[in-house]
Amino acid sequence: MAKPHRNLTRAYAQDLRLFGSPLAKAGLAAMILVLLMLPMVVQDDFWLSVLIYVGITAVGAIGLNLLTGYCGQISLGHAFFIGAGAYCTAIVGGDLGLPLPLWLLAAAAVGAVLGGLIGPFALRLRGNYLAIVTLGLIFVGEHLWRNLKSVTGGNSGTSVNAAATIGPFDFGKVELAGEVYSRNQGYFWLVWALVALIALLAKNLVRTRPGRALQAVRDRDQAAEVIGVRAGRYKIGAFMVSSAIASVAGALFGSYQQFVSPDEWNLLLSIQYIAIVIVGGLGTIFGSILGAIFVGALPALIDRYSDAIPGVQTSVGGEGFISVFALNQAIFGVLIVLFLVLEPRGLAGIWLRVKTYFKAWPFSY
Amino acid sequence: MNAFLQNCFAGLALGSTYALVALGFVVIYKSTGVINFAQGGLLALGAYLGYTFSNNLAVAFGVAILLACLTAAVVGAGFERIVLRRMVGQPPFAVIMITIGLLFIIEPIVTAIWGFENLQVTNPWNIRTVELGGLVFGVRDLWTIGITAAVVVAFFLFFRYSGFGLAMRATAFDPEAALAQGISAKKVYAVSWAIAAALAALAGVTLAAGPGGLSPSIGFIALAAFPAMILGGMDSPAGAVLGGVVIGLAEALTRGYQDQLFSWAGDNVSIIVPYLLMIVILLIRPYGLLGTRDVRRI
Repeated sequence: MAKPHRNLTRAYAQDLRLFGSPLAKAGLAAMILVLLMLPMVVQDDFWLSVLIYVGITAVGAIGLNLLTGYCGQISLGHAFFIGAGAYCTAIVGGDLGLPLPLWLLAAAAVGAVLGGLIGPFALRLRGNYLAIVTLGLIFVGEHLWRNLKSVTGGNSGTSVNAAATIGPFDFGKVELAGEVYSRNQGYFWLVWALVALIALLAKNLVRTRPGRALQAVRDRDQAAEVIGVRAGRYKIGAFMVSSAIASVAGALFGSYQQFVSPDEWNLLLSIQYIAIVIVGGLGTIFGSILGAIFVGALPALIDRYSDAIPGVQTSVGGEGFISVFALNQAIFGVLIVLFLVLEPRGLAGIWLRVKTYFKAWPFSY
Repeated sequence: MNAFLQNCFAGLALGSTYALVALGFVVIYKSTGVINFAQGGLLALGAYLGYTFSNNLAVAFGVAILLACLTAAVVGAGFERIVLRRMVGQPPFAVIMITIGLLFIIEPIVTAIWGFENLQVTNPWNIRTVELGGLVFGVRDLWTIGITAAVVVAFFLFFRYSGFGLAMRATAFDPEAALAQGISAKKVYAVSWAIAAALAALAGVTLAAGPGGLSPSIGFIALAAFPAMILGGMDSPAGAVLGGVVIGLAEALTRGYQDQLFSWAGDNVSIIVPYLLMIVILLIRPYGLLGTRDVRRI
């Protein structure tokens, strides 16, 4: 008897499996290998720091995609939760001096609690309203960060002295087999390991019962209730998980940057995350990472190469008609509009099309 | 007592600006079901256009206001035609995001053309004041309140008595039935965007003529007008005006009594008062003070 083709799905369990065909597994292994080797090949601090920020952004974007892409709740308040995570780390990791796993967990817990407080709003308000309430969250949050001076240091910001240590192992200064690696190399491994872990958790979440429930709520919350999904519970749950992940991203951001100020958690940051999930592809975990690589690296690259881009001001009052900040803002706007109008499924959609083309080759059409 | 009345007057002037912007939100929301986040961008654009007409081209201020409104209206209708029309039938999420994208495109364009400096619009109001019964009224504030009142009246007359106003109400009520009666939905959508943009430009120019002058952050006031719209009810023009005035009064009074009553809440707490009020209202009456409760079907 002939063996069925490897692309043929014969059982439900096969459709839901976490790791796809042998080819996909090989690709995944190759990706892990690349991530492990990359910091040894690329030793330049600038490029490593860009990749670290991309990784942190990818973590946050996975969180937002769970909420917006899978559960269909629009949140402009993502920056608020990221800020909360960073300040939590400043206290738990910095002032109390606890090790890495504890301050990450503490940040996640704080994020989950805050998300649980905001979540109930999503029950009463749908779509349009929720976007505006979460917009209010950004402003209320900014007011809090500026005025809770004992926690956040007010306008002047606060330093985050959270050490990335697990027992004797310090990601800030990795020593392996006699080799000493720099702080940037250590953080690269830490951040991307967490990206992999959180992507795995998120993927596992969305392929199982809660994930299907979230998508049912997204498509039509009342119809979902009729077939027995507790829509309210899942909406609040999605908010909690999403903001917990956002807080973890904030914790990493704070501890890597070692200093945070209230100016960072503004509307533009939220919009950047929204641009990422739209460009990457709504409702795909892989897309969030793709989007983070594509959009998250932009601000740093523009900042670095601003003198090479015509018309960009390199300093305040310098030549050129557009500042680096304004250019970033414009690019986010253009990306959001272009992708929504031309490719609503984002980069992940493009990737899927290319993949299907080659899967069915030479009979693709 | 005088201080209280003075604060109330400041609140009324601020509330008039909110009301103009919120009216623009309501016009677009009612006819197309879209919340237009780009309103702040259109407001800034209108204000800067007003500056160009008034300062660089040296036309009379009244004419400059009209020209700014007209230009903004063309830009607004252009957005609708070029971008938003492609999104008809898409989920609200996508459309909201598009307008946010537009907002983030307009802002840098405005700063690229006019720069970041604080500009002063040549205008006849300036910082002149009128004193009456111990109270000091800013001429600009009086004009803003007057213009808003006039616009609101014109607005209601337009929707109540003109043919096109009726067409717009019909489209808002039931687009398909309106189409079947021979009303062009495309025209209605384009006109609502034009009206909203003109209202935003009007709010922008009157605001820029005030003591604060004109800076790129002027568009932020549109974000604070969201609470005004929500407070009144998203589909109610009367609600938008009411909401604008309430939010304006609340903000001005908080600012006026910051030192006596609200020092515990931190500096500049008045900035977030609109949002806090909105959250409270949404929990009590999610559809706003004058809005209609929405019926959901499966």
